Amino acid sequence: MIEVRNLTKHYGDKHAVNDISFTVEDGEILGFLGPNGAGKSTTMNMLTGYISSTSGQALINGVDILEDPIKAKSYIGYLPELPPLYLDMTVKGYLNYIYDLKKCKLPRKAHLKEVMALTKVDDVAERIIKNLSKGYKQRVGLAQALIGNPPVLILDEPTVGLDPKQILEIRTLIKKLGKNHTVILSSHILSEIQAVCDRIIIINHGHVAAHDTTDNLSKNVSTDHRIIARIEGPRDEIIKAMRNIEGIKYCRADMEREPGVYEYELEAAPDTDIRRAIFDICAEHHWYLLAARSAELTLEDVFLKITMGEGITLPDPDAEKGGAD
Amino acid sequence: MGAIYRREVGAFFTSSIAYIFLAVFWMFTGYFFYMSCLYPGTTDMSNMFQSMFLICVFLIPILTMRLFSEEKKQKTEQGLLTAPVSLGEIVFGKYFAALTLYTIALLMPFVYALILSTFGLVEWGMLFANFLALFLLGAAFIAVGTLVSALTENQIAAAVVSFVSLMALYMIDVIQEYVTVEWVSTLLGYLSFRRKYFAITCGLFNVSTIVFYISVAILVNYLTIRVFERRRWS
Repeated sequence: MIEVRNLTKHYGDKHAVNDISFTVEDGEILGFLGPNGAGKSTTMNMLTGYISSTSGQALINGVDILEDPIKAKSYIGYLPELPPLYLDMTVKGYLNYIYDLKKCKLPRKAHLKEVMALTKVDDVAERIIKNLSKGYKQRVGLAQALIGNPPVLILDEPTVGLDPKQILEIRTLIKKLGKNHTVILSSHILSEIQAVCDRIIIINHGHVAAHDTTDNLSKNVSTDHRIIARIEGPRDEIIKAMRNIEGIKYCRADMEREPGVYEYELEAAPDTDIRRAIFDICAEHHWYLLAARSAELTLEDVFLKITMGEGITLPDPDAEKGGAD
Repeated sequence: MGAIYRREVGAFFTSSIAYIFLAVFWMFTGYFFYMSCLYPGTTDMSNMFQSMFLICVFLIPILTMRLFSEEKKQKTEQGLLTAPVSLGEIVFGKYFAALTLYTIALLMPFVYALILSTFGLVEWGMLFANFLALFLLGAAFIAVGTLVSALTENQIAAAVVSFVSLMALYMIDVIQEYVTVEWVSTLLGYLSFRRKYFAITCGLFNVSTIVFYISVAILVNYLTIRVFERRRWS
């Protein structure tokens, strides 16, 4: 379990991280999302004891990282932004060294074999790290973090430099590890965070811009209450009929897509499903419903909105999010 | 500490540093052995040990330049500092690795002594005092080199600054002669590395000298630990 309370880091006048608080439970995967330079790595460096915090507290399994660093660090497997690899060693030699460095008690041979199989580096075990590709280096970095089977994993952009197939493999692995580890994962790729994490913290300029479960964030930015429908029929009548749906907030016609076919934007109050009502009205009047989709906002939109202030005009979701912080 | 020590000793040999250091060190001991023992035909090796002081000033920076600067450059430092080990273990692990290589280098003069002993009488007591002095001198110098290496991420800068620092320690006596303020002069006299070392090569064994070199080594290693401590808190 990780508990972070009011963590702050100043470099002179610059506030790299400002008053961040959150908790990660066992068996949970937390995603750190933010543009480059937002303070993701700084936060992770504070959690792992690489740098100290200016104020605030970070507890790893209840142990303060600054008060008992050795004990706290022994709970953490850390993959920094640049994997700390000794280029002149073989993969096996390096992992053996890490095993000794972490004063690991597990049976050496079996454990190393397991970690190497998990991260799929066993086929390069005897090779010098210097000669490996970026993807393999990244995986050796991940293997290094897994040695000793620490209960907390902190992974800084773990899929950087991997090809799409490897990214998928690593994501699956992280998800699997997330079941019995506490995982913090950072990324600036939304789909990745969305695919892997249970909860998301969006960081911008050293502040927590949003903090919610992935489901909630996704719900906020979706779906059922905002519909774009393409309907064939008399425009004004359709709008009039649609405006009678219970709970609807507005309906307007967009451009004419085909002769006599308009695209209508419909929005109801949040948590109101108007899809069936739309169908019923169309059926009743013999208007043809040619296409319908929810006006779904991707996390991308939310992310941009949150990190760039009011750059994009969005309806509701954001009011709720403000409350969730 | 064991893991860091073993890795570091291994790294000395996978990089060429160990071979270069040993080769040059042994070349100089060989030369001085020939010039001060074989050529004049004596079993007194003190002259050779006296000459090795300056050679250490040149060579020990090569031994220590890589220790921390390379970690910083390759970003492996982050792995060390987030591992469940204390700063003391990190610093002393590396320090003892360098000291081990230095001790290996000292084995060669010992072989010379064995060779001499087959031809004549060797004054073993004095010889061991000389060995101890050279070993402790190296121990203090390696600590200084390690500290400098922790301050930069450039190996060459580390080597040059270490060399200048060791040279300054070597020159303390010279500086002392030009200082007219009496208490400064006295203080420099106490700090002199060369006078203490040369006294032993002349056969004046003094426990305070041993304590001095060991204290310097421990103090400077402590400063190295503080460097890391300070960097973390800055």
